[in-house]
Amino acid sequence: MGRKITIEPVTRVEGHGKVTIHLDDDGNVAQTRLHIVEFRGFERFVQGRPYWEMPVLVQRLCGICPVSHHLAAAKALDVIVGAGTGDGLTPTAEKMRRLMHYGQMFQSHSLHFFHLASPDLLFGIDADPAIRNVIGVALKNKELAVQGVMMRKFGQEIIQITAGKKIHGTGAIPGGINKHLTVEERDRFLKGPDPLNADKMIEWSLSALEFFKDYYKKNKDFIDNFSVFPSNFLSLVRKDGAMDLYHGVLRAVDPKGKKILDDVDYQDYLKYIDEEVRSWSYMKFPYLKAYGKKDGWYTVGPLARVNTADFIPTPLAQKEFEIFKKANKGKPSCISMHMHWARLIEILHSAEMIKQLLSDPDIVEGELVVKGSKHSEGIGLIEAPRGTLFHHYEINGKDQIIMANLIVSTTNNNQPMNEAVSYIAGNYMNKKREITEPMLNAVEVGIRAYDPCLSCATHAFGQMPLEISLYDSSDNLIDIKRK
Amino acid sequence: MNKPVVATTSLAGCFGCHMSILDIDERILDLIELVEFNKSPIDDIKTFTKQCDIGLIEGGCCNSENVHVLKEFRKHCKILVSVGECAIMGGLPALRNGIPIRECLREAYLTGPSVTANIEHIIPNDDELPMILDKVYPCHEIVKIDYFLPGCPPRADLIWQTLVSLIKGKEISLPYEVIKFD
Repeated sequence: MGRKITIEPVTRVEGHGKVTIHLDDDGNVAQTRLHIVEFRGFERFVQGRPYWEMPVLVQRLCGICPVSHHLAAAKALDVIVGAGTGDGLTPTAEKMRRLMHYGQMFQSHSLHFFHLASPDLLFGIDADPAIRNVIGVALKNKELAVQGVMMRKFGQEIIQITAGKKIHGTGAIPGGINKHLTVEERDRFLKGPDPLNADKMIEWSLSALEFFKDYYKKNKDFIDNFSVFPSNFLSLVRKDGAMDLYHGVLRAVDPKGKKILDDVDYQDYLKYIDEEVRSWSYMKFPYLKAYGKKDGWYTVGPLARVNTADFIPTPLAQKEFEIFKKANKGKPSCISMHMHWARLIEILHSAEMIKQLLSDPDIVEGELVVKGSKHSEGIGLIEAPRGTLFHHYEINGKDQIIMANLIVSTTNNNQPMNEAVSYIAGNYMNKKREITEPMLNAVEVGIRAYDPCLSCATHAFGQMPLEISLYDSSDNLIDIKRK
Repeated sequence: MNKPVVATTSLAGCFGCHMSILDIDERILDLIELVEFNKSPIDDIKTFTKQCDIGLIEGGCCNSENVHVLKEFRKHCKILVSVGECAIMGGLPALRNGIPIRECLREAYLTGPSVTANIEHIIPNDDELPMILDKVYPCHEIVKIDYFLPGCPPRADLIWQTLVSLIKGKEISLPYEVIKFD
């Protein structure tokens, strides 16, 4: 069998994330870099494919949040088939998509908090990695672990009922959706036996928030000082300023809370956003054009959303939002670990939204698809669990894709993650000649506040594939540690 | 008796197969009883802390690192399983196989609509970045693979039944409903 693979001698460990730290002559941290080492080429290889394949095809970018890609692509294609943006769909189609999306938000946030982050909180970031994982959580606090597993399951089953499959489903189509729920399907989630019903999920979301706030009270120093740096924040918000995870206009605020972008129709995103390419990472660095590469970068995700939104349109989450705002004196929070707090508020909001949508008569009957006149270009944005996600397509007269541009959530958080790594390295590494275990853990915890997609899902069993290299001022490798 | 040791990794995949492992839901608590997850299946691969019984591979090979990790897994796992379409035949990332890699890089970094300020025409190229392979390879073209679980992703029940059968040394029962997908 003809096989030709050229491989340089590889001494590297697997990992989508890799960190390098350079020290200056005095042994202080001079430069840190988070390298993303994966390259796929989606933008090019989808060219020539029929446009209607996009929602099922591009979701294979990410199996943790496939629904976000599925829906962002569908929203872009709504524009292409002449169904308008956001509000152009039938009520049933929009509500079914929202249900799918909030189900996804619920499962992904549950995974992020319970499976990935809670071990750090329960055991401390310096604890033995052998117990600092979800298995350890199951042994120490079985109730919490079971809640996490069942909350994720509930979200996944909402996705299954709306998209046909838990991972890589097919519900959304250009201009609408391919089904509505049956009354039986709806009732299963609305009034099903405990714990798999909407009310129980709301109750557990509240108790997870209590768990975090209690932890915060006892560990305020750690949470507030672990990683903190000024940042702009960007997200979609509803036209009236409410948090909306499915559709809205673009808003950005600076660290003081001043709106530096507001009420922007995302069909115009190219007027406002550009990406910088740096030679040392496959992941690009987006920034707001008006503020330039140096100052225009921004954070997306749960923390950005609670920082940009004026209010949350469900009552229980709104109460928690007010507590969060009060703790931050009404200003945007620039504390990386508040990302987890914001995430839990969104879990609660998602549970409330799921209940509200299930209770809506449009979810079990109504028209599914609208048709209009064809356009050659469409842009779809959505708030994915990890943050704002951009899909942009152009087609030719034969309905083939001729251009695809994707700015994914993790890419939007590229600079903030680099800032967090830099902040943490500065705290732990100055004057040190070797990488210590606490340092390695700390970097991992910092990145994880933003994104588990970097980490491999195997981290659910206790690891994050991360490599840190330490260089002296003459560029000699003086230490390397892998997890 | 020692518990069987299981290691897993995601190469050029999307983590969807790992998510499908988690979709065994509450059975994950049973799984913890049945097996020992290698504490660091992907930590310092060169010194894989012990031999493993079962290795689950998600994703094909798109860069030199993937190949390296896959070979290490073969060396250290008695049984190696290709989990999902990417591991089995390259999957979606292999759509790039008919296209020169240079074109993919150009599109992402030079000609896309939101890289207008890249006037220096930078394409990422750094010692820290692994080498991209000419195409995406299925795992069995690189090492011997013992079992193949179809699906994008394989459904949780399939992964569960396979694991239980391998652990207990029983023949795997694979009814149509379990191996069917999409």
